[in-house]
Amino acid sequence: MNYANIIGTGTYVPEKIVDNHMLSRLVETSDEWIRTRTGIKERRITTGENTSDLAFKASQAALENAGMYPEDLDMIILSTLTPDYFTPATACLVQRRLGAENAAAFDVSAACSGFLYGLDIADSFIKSGKAKNILLVSSEVMSKVIDWQERNTCVLFGDGAGAVVLKASPYHGIINTVTGSKGDIEGNLVSKSRNLANPFMENPESGENYLSMNGKEIFKFATRIMRKALRDVTAGTGVDLSGVKYIVPHQANDRMFEYVAGKMKFDKEKFYVNLERFGNTSSASIPIALDEMAKKDLLSKGDKLIFVGFGGGLTWGAALVEWQLD
Amino acid sequence: MATGLKVKYTKEKKTMIFEKIKEILVDELGVEAEEVLMESKIKDDLDADSLDIVQVVMAVEEAFEIEVEEEETEKLITVRDVVRYVEENK
Repeated sequence: MNYANIIGTGTYVPEKIVDNHMLSRLVETSDEWIRTRTGIKERRITTGENTSDLAFKASQAALENAGMYPEDLDMIILSTLTPDYFTPATACLVQRRLGAENAAAFDVSAACSGFLYGLDIADSFIKSGKAKNILLVSSEVMSKVIDWQERNTCVLFGDGAGAVVLKASPYHGIINTVTGSKGDIEGNLVSKSRNLANPFMENPESGENYLSMNGKEIFKFATRIMRKALRDVTAGTGVDLSGVKYIVPHQANDRMFEYVAGKMKFDKEKFYVNLERFGNTSSASIPIALDEMAKKDLLSKGDKLIFVGFGGGLTWGAALVEWQLD
Repeated sequence: MATGLKVKYTKEKKTMIFEKIKEILVDELGVEAEEVLMESKIKDDLDADSLDIVQVVMAVEEAFEIEVEEEETEKLITVRDVVRYVEENK
């Protein structure tokens, strides 16, 4: 039996740092308001690089860290809600630039849960024997879909990319994965595509489409679904939360983590949080955090980790992982 | 049911709901139990911000097995408003 193992991680974020004070000059907000409600102090914002550029650089870093050649990849999975194009898939652009000529490349659309959906897919392909070496990269340029005049959303997001390389191995690295969805027909978290318009319509849509979010409903959804996902991903594995060293959550809002830790009665420090420096980078947030943890030497072989994410769709997912790198 | 008994019953139920809501507010907002009065304004007197209020609503939903629609949430200004909402929807 082959199991999927993370053998390398990589990150790339744009150089430009935008802190809360800079935002308070754009919209009616303050550093104090943003920090107390979200935990965010600053975020990275692109000054010209698009989603495929960030993804390419994060992928290069992950392949180098894994010691794998691009031509050895047989699959590239890219998660994003901010692709460069409707077509080609951003994954295909990354594939070409890496020279990963033997890889099938495609994008996954699961918003902030994209990394977990991608991990679930990668795990399944490796377990079935259909793939051995998979690059999973999550890349987002949220700055192009947010309304920079809307103070309730523009303060939350950042740009960035994180990648992992997965390899088939006899060691049980990815222990369990869960994913789920609940169609958001109410429109609680929406980033609309092109307007519905053609010469034959009486009332074609017009105007700009920006990301919109009902923060209160998403807070409720996220804090409930995180608790469910944490229970579901550990159920039947023989691992419980007390045996988990870190929970790496989708970096949406520090208040959510405080709430969930309080309700589930574990130390909030178990959540690895770096959103104060990157904001919410959608699906990229978990692999960015994971790479940071690996580089900071916080992870040792045998450590149990849980990744947990939630977001537009609505979607959610979690993965229980045993770290296999020294 | 005799009117007197019904009044007594309603009053007891109201007290039970109030006590439970007080417990939730103490828990979620970190306020002292004595601070929570029927006429306390959740935002102004108990110093709750928008996310605190979401947390209180979630706890109320879970405790009483009800759903509070978003439009309704905005009308819950005082502790009394919450008690009344639960009474009417439970």
